[in-house]
Amino acid sequence: MGSKRVSLEVSEVCAEAVRLADVDVVAAYPITPQTHIAEVLSEMVADGVLDAEYINVESEHSAMSCCIGASAAGARSFTATSAQGLALMSEMLYIASGLRLPIVMALVTRTLSAPLSIWGDYSDIMSVRDCGWITLFAEDGQEVFDFTLQAFRIAEDERVLFPAMVCMDGFHLSHVLEPVDVISEEEARDFLPVYRPKYRLHPSDPVSMGCFAMPDYFSEIKKRQDEELKGSYPVILEVWREWEERFGRRYAPLMSYWVDDAEMILVIAGGYAGTARLAVEGMRKRGMKVGLVSWKLWRPFPLDDVREILGKAPLVLVVDRALSVGGAGGPIANEIRAAFYHEKVRPQVVSMVAGLSGRDVLQRDFEAMTKRAMELAERGEIPYYEMYGVRE
Amino acid sequence: MKEIRLHGRGGQGVVLSAKILASAAIEEGRYAQAFPSFGPERRGAPVVAFCRISDEPVITREPILEPDIIVVLDPLILRTIPVKNGLKKGGLAVLNSCFPPEQAAERYGFTDCVLATVDANEISIRFLGSAITNMAMLGALLKAEPVVSLESVIAQIEKKMGRIADKNIAALKEAFEEVRVAEIVSA
Repeated sequence: MGSKRVSLEVSEVCAEAVRLADVDVVAAYPITPQTHIAEVLSEMVADGVLDAEYINVESEHSAMSCCIGASAAGARSFTATSAQGLALMSEMLYIASGLRLPIVMALVTRTLSAPLSIWGDYSDIMSVRDCGWITLFAEDGQEVFDFTLQAFRIAEDERVLFPAMVCMDGFHLSHVLEPVDVISEEEARDFLPVYRPKYRLHPSDPVSMGCFAMPDYFSEIKKRQDEELKGSYPVILEVWREWEERFGRRYAPLMSYWVDDAEMILVIAGGYAGTARLAVEGMRKRGMKVGLVSWKLWRPFPLDDVREILGKAPLVLVVDRALSVGGAGGPIANEIRAAFYHEKVRPQVVSMVAGLSGRDVLQRDFEAMTKRAMELAERGEIPYYEMYGVRE
Repeated sequence: MKEIRLHGRGGQGVVLSAKILASAAIEEGRYAQAFPSFGPERRGAPVVAFCRISDEPVITREPILEPDIIVVLDPLILRTIPVKNGLKKGGLAVLNSCFPPEQAAERYGFTDCVLATVDANEISIRFLGSAITNMAMLGALLKAEPVVSLESVIAQIEKKMGRIADKNIAALKEAFEEVRVAEIVSA
């Protein structure tokens, strides 16, 4: 039994990866556009093809609370949510990370209300940017499958022990049927052995979790949390190398295309990177020296990769599908600016906000944004950000 | 790459028919993508679904704005929804209509395309007992342009439709026989 190609909706692909991860507990509350993942997993448990506890909870806050309890007891735990659901569980996200519990979550990215919107953008993930979870952005169904299985392996590594989330664009990925190569149960078991936690809540070997910290220790604990989350970086690369050896698919924190001689690099995360790649390919054919970065690893922030790859070009155009309201620009753009602030040689960074609430961004839009970024750089008038295509 | 846009109403199986086409192509070893027009699902409301079939991996996440083929599952939306928008010159339109192609072209203003019509309401009511026209319309499409093989689609119907597969396969085959195709030149 080896890999086989299947045709599945990307939500089903995620559920299939969770089944192959042989999770012990799923606790989830349905919310558009995440619903299909929760539906398929509950069916799998009901049909007996996944031997797990499916906990029907009354809210996302409870979903994450159940995952925290289950994970603390040593169970491999999974949940999935979107937007308001993520906001409701955000209190518990920090606790999962602080308790160093290797929970895995699929975040089907969707815009945070108001105005009420069910469509996709990255406002939800950016709202929990600092919660201390390993965070991966998937570009297609194959990456959703691969990242979901990898997330368990990375999170449970004793050198890591952090929760991990895999983000996929609501609707633009979650509701698309496409071909995906899935691995066999044997291959999955080989790659991801049974979870044997180093620490767990068990009456025969009592430990304390969720302790109180006085001001005289809190800073030390937080510093260590930050250092150890950053310390997961080499483990992530190690797991990616192993994945490539086993299954032939290569990943990097920033997947880059045509960057070496680029005069401008376009940066984007998630599903729209595919359309952007076609746009950049087209511009290359017309002699424009444009490169592309499809962002995969958001936390830990790949500082060295950002400096090395984006430092190759004098101009960087960042397309953010989220807005820091009242802030200084798109969230990804701002982190790139911060990464370069102390560098002697640094690119100019143009921040464009586009694709909010599922608005389509077409190839011609990426071309227009490229042209606009070059104009702004030429004139030396780069604003904090521009919202592309907005009617004013 | 063939880009197909399907129009119908919520409950007629528009999204499922796009998925069946794409799955059939993937099973044939090709590449494909199927997705709905994103949003809340409402029975009876106009619905659009998209399907791309290609010999190369499909990378784009754009909606289909300039289809090679349109399939219209509901005869009544022909007057209310601009289904023709962006249809390529010389492209194929497959309509659920009781009129022959030439007459339907005149009635609904189709020019410079290949028009295929089939009375999918009648066929669906005959075989299924209700006007869920998706599989009849796929039968008509496959006769007018074999974007995938009839056998591949039948295999997917068997896989995805369980106990109602047989009736749907019968409707598919009937529409495959009954569809009328004509080239419509400019008026």
